[in-house]
Amino acid sequence: MEKYILPEIQDYHKIDVYEQHGGYTALKKAMQMKPDEVIEEVKKSGLRGRGGACFPTGLKWSFMPKGNDKPKYLAVNGDESEPGTFKDRKIFEFNPHMMIEGILIGCYAMGITTAYIYIRGEYGKWIKMVDKALAEAYAKGYIGENILGSGYSTNIYTHRGAGAYICGEESALMNSLEGERGYPRVKPPFPAQKGLWSAPTTINNVETMTNVPLIINKGSEWYSKIGVAKHPGPILVGISGHVNKPGVYEIPTGVPLLSLINDPQYGGGVTGGKKIKAVIPGGSSTMILRGENLEGVTMDADSLKAAGSSVGTAGLIVMDEDTDLVKVLSRISHFYHHESCGQCTPCREGTGWLEKMLHRFEHYEARQEDVDMLVNVANQIEGNTICALGDAAAWPVQSFVKRFREEYEKRVKEKAAVEAA
Amino acid sequence: MLTQENLQKAQDLFKRYPQKKAALLPILWIAQEQEGWISQEMMKYIGDLVGVPYAHVLGVVTFYTMYNDKKLGHHHIEVCTNVSCMLKGSDKILSTVERMCGTKLGTTSADGKYTISEVECMGACGGAPMLAIGEEYHEHLTPEKTEQLLTGLK
Repeated sequence: MEKYILPEIQDYHKIDVYEQHGGYTALKKAMQMKPDEVIEEVKKSGLRGRGGACFPTGLKWSFMPKGNDKPKYLAVNGDESEPGTFKDRKIFEFNPHMMIEGILIGCYAMGITTAYIYIRGEYGKWIKMVDKALAEAYAKGYIGENILGSGYSTNIYTHRGAGAYICGEESALMNSLEGERGYPRVKPPFPAQKGLWSAPTTINNVETMTNVPLIINKGSEWYSKIGVAKHPGPILVGISGHVNKPGVYEIPTGVPLLSLINDPQYGGGVTGGKKIKAVIPGGSSTMILRGENLEGVTMDADSLKAAGSSVGTAGLIVMDEDTDLVKVLSRISHFYHHESCGQCTPCREGTGWLEKMLHRFEHYEARQEDVDMLVNVANQIEGNTICALGDAAAWPVQSFVKRFREEYEKRVKEKAAVEAA
Repeated sequence: MLTQENLQKAQDLFKRYPQKKAALLPILWIAQEQEGWISQEMMKYIGDLVGVPYAHVLGVVTFYTMYNDKKLGHHHIEVCTNVSCMLKGSDKILSTVERMCGTKLGTTSADGKYTISEVECMGACGGAPMLAIGEEYHEHLTPEKTEQLLTGLK
């Protein structure tokens, strides 16, 4: 498939090269359209958010109140902190202008005059790259006052996070942008009603915005035919773990997971020719799948849902037959405990309990009844917190124990042997 | 507390947001880049500059892991041990770093040269195992490559 989000064009990150390849023509085209027509086009394309929740982008945009009399904001989510996810960094480095163009089109469509790109603090180097691209676009008159003589003005700024996974959650991101601790907010009110500084706000993922110029340039019909019908478009997949060629690959949605792992143009097979024990398909919060159950499962929202997981951020983590899944889950639970913001008791305390219990499993100190207790604790976190971090901490525990229960029971049995030795 | 140049940068940041408080995180970054860490005096100064109480600044600094409220070693070595790096042997990278720097995870070496931290996923899973020294990412590591890298720092 031709690559659109990460095309193999040298120096594509430079504005001149981007323009030579049709860059910023979608913006000009969009500005000839009425804002509502732009939203309608994005709706018809079937584009769904690439940040994990797969929410239809055009529909999200249509929630914003009309008119330009009061301030409205766009926050672009580049916090990218879900373990196993490393795609947006590629966009910052290799195709920042397409993201910027998408942001400008989104701002025009929703009548927004200020956008912030919130980028995780660890990406200091990549923030500088985005700042450079923004400066180029300002200099050419694509951003700023009276864009291309249209009378329409928009400013775009980067905003650096400082090492908090929770700020990838949209309402925590807004609090962080306002200079607060990254505490998620209770919804409703939803951001389109009351977001940044209580004004209507839309939050979209970096990759989502990068898809927008394609839709405007080539049309929603063309776009909707890429990949699978209910979750169309190009998508960036990050493959990591036990594969020969880990990395970010652009694919049309709907490529089989086994192709992504084994095909030479993607993962290139499991390291050492070993069997696949398990995969986590969409970042560490998505439910684990057994290697023998991957036949027919494809990288898109519906297929992964049917398989008992989700597409998440399309961060595919591959684990070979020798992987100690008790240790993996212990590490994942350590992460969610570390990143819990501390607002809600079930998450603050529950993630700590999970981590401690899994530590006991890892070190052969767990009892038989702890297997069910793990699931019990996870069940009491899920759905009982302000934001989805509680769910994100619960899902791996629930799915690891459900699908690999034997590993945990074996650990308990081995306890006796360890004690005897 | 902030240099004249950095104070000007801070003033310019205020123009980006409808409320001054929103510039708090970016200004803390400027302070940290200037001093290497953020002292209590600096927090009070920035609180006055931004118009929020010292307690609010302290709350923010301690909430976000990347702000240092203590001085660090000359080189801050951050080793990722999250899933993708763990699967590719980050424990060996970490033990190599500890041995080479002569100090344990979470501590600063006696000569003040190195601080070793464990970090959560840094978004470089395709290059696992990895570590960062300051803003620079070092990916596809082996214990040997890690040794070379750290020797080059000395």
